[in-house]
Amino acid sequence: MSSNNKTLVQLNNAGFRQNGKWLVEGVSLKVEKGKIVTLIGPNGSGKSTTAKIALGIYKNIEGNVEKYTNKIGYVPQKISIDWTLPLRVYDFMLLTENINDDAIDEALNLTGVIHLKNKNLGNLSGGEFQRVLIARAISKKPELLVLDEPVQGVDYTGEIALYELIKKISDTLNCGILLISHDLHTVMTATDHVVCLNGHVCCSGSPLDVARNNEYKTLFGEQASQILSVYEHNHDHVHSDEGHIKKN
Amino acid sequence: MFDDFFIRALIAGIGIALVTGPLGCFVVWRRLSYFGDTLSHSALLGVTLAYSFELNIALSVFLISSAVALILIQLQKKTNLPGDALLGLLAHSSLAVGLVVIGFLTFIRFDIMGLLFGDILAVTTNDLIIIWLGGAIILLVLKLIWKPLFASTVNYELAEAEGLNPDRAKAVFTILMAAIIAISIKMVGLLLITGMLIIPAAMARNISDSPRKMVIFSVIGGLLSVIIGLFSSLEFNTASGPSIIAASLFLFILSLLRIKQSIQLKN
Repeated sequence: MSSNNKTLVQLNNAGFRQNGKWLVEGVSLKVEKGKIVTLIGPNGSGKSTTAKIALGIYKNIEGNVEKYTNKIGYVPQKISIDWTLPLRVYDFMLLTENINDDAIDEALNLTGVIHLKNKNLGNLSGGEFQRVLIARAISKKPELLVLDEPVQGVDYTGEIALYELIKKISDTLNCGILLISHDLHTVMTATDHVVCLNGHVCCSGSPLDVARNNEYKTLFGEQASQILSVYEHNHDHVHSDEGHIKKN
Repeated sequence: MFDDFFIRALIAGIGIALVTGPLGCFVVWRRLSYFGDTLSHSALLGVTLAYSFELNIALSVFLISSAVALILIQLQKKTNLPGDALLGLLAHSSLAVGLVVIGFLTFIRFDIMGLLFGDILAVTTNDLIIIWLGGAIILLVLKLIWKPLFASTVNYELAEAEGLNPDRAKAVFTILMAAIIAISIKMVGLLLITGMLIIPAAMARNISDSPRKMVIFSVIGGLLSVIIGLFSSLEFNTASGPSIIAASLFLFILSLLRIKQSIQLKN
């Protein structure tokens, strides 16, 4: 794979081994500005590991990672916060970067949790906390967003709204997004490129390509394949040669 | 009004409290209280080396404590022993070795009680310079690493992913711990330094709802402890370290009343 100046992060044949066991191997992918790349795959297929390789959290990796940005927003799948810290939502928003109050309010408004601004982080529900996590990641206006199951624990209507928000952010900020999700339905409408993992890259391409792929069918079943195909008729944009999105 | 030594002790204590306030918050947040104990126990060895080779005590303690911290990191990497066992191993063996070395140094008269529990009579003008200059450097460095250290205290992976280099911040913080122990050993004594770090911060946790408030209350608590402790030390002729720590315990108990109050309000 060759990189160009739109590439934000690129994995070349990357893999990670822990305690003698490969968590994931041979992953090549790249995330470009304005594009959403989604990782799908069963539990334990190495989705989160791939994200952590891309982010540089895992250091002793096989292959290599080329990173072309340092403005990164990350929503981890699991986060354990020690409650010996007195931490309000407001303090948490400033965790990795000093952003101004307007940007904080804007992000909290977008994810619908502005009313929790001065609440203690430990008192939030799972869904509320997830919204705060997303708000924190987008408030710093990152060039690369890495979202690992970002809407877990969020109610159904909220889930749809948040995925729409993620799509909107990718358009307005022109940032690249690496998304991990279980929800094939919602994700596929917005995704540009799908990478299907199962310890290695099982198949990749546009949502449609992946849906037609036989390996994908054996991994997820015929029904899942039909879910993806539904969106064949729903695509509201095409991609021009330059990579811009044109609305139909 | 007061003797010179008392004024010196007061100035020294205030300098130390200004530094232990913010550092102590991190010790509480990062659960490093036993780590602090280990470093301060090893300080005894540093003191004996200082006497043997006529080095500056603060410098010698700083070097030995840093070395123990490095040994700890190596042992963590190379053995399968749990962290608390390694800390205990280093804390007690360095204390023991320090005491054995003192046994050999028969030509020097040691004030063991002073070493263990602090001695305000021992604070010289020279010590004041070390405390205030060292303290200023510690606070300055802490300010520089604050963001990555705090972010990785909340969540290591977020800090690492968003490019803050938490490993470097952690290493620097370890050195700062060794440094605060080095500058406060004469005043508080090596058995009680960790108390000076933890108790005001714990008191502050009880009455704070944000990290900034906790740091401010921790500093105020430390300052009050030093002032109350030193005056009572003068009044009742008790050792300075225990007096300061007892004063901070008193403040901690007061802060518990505040918690009780707010729980009653909620109900």
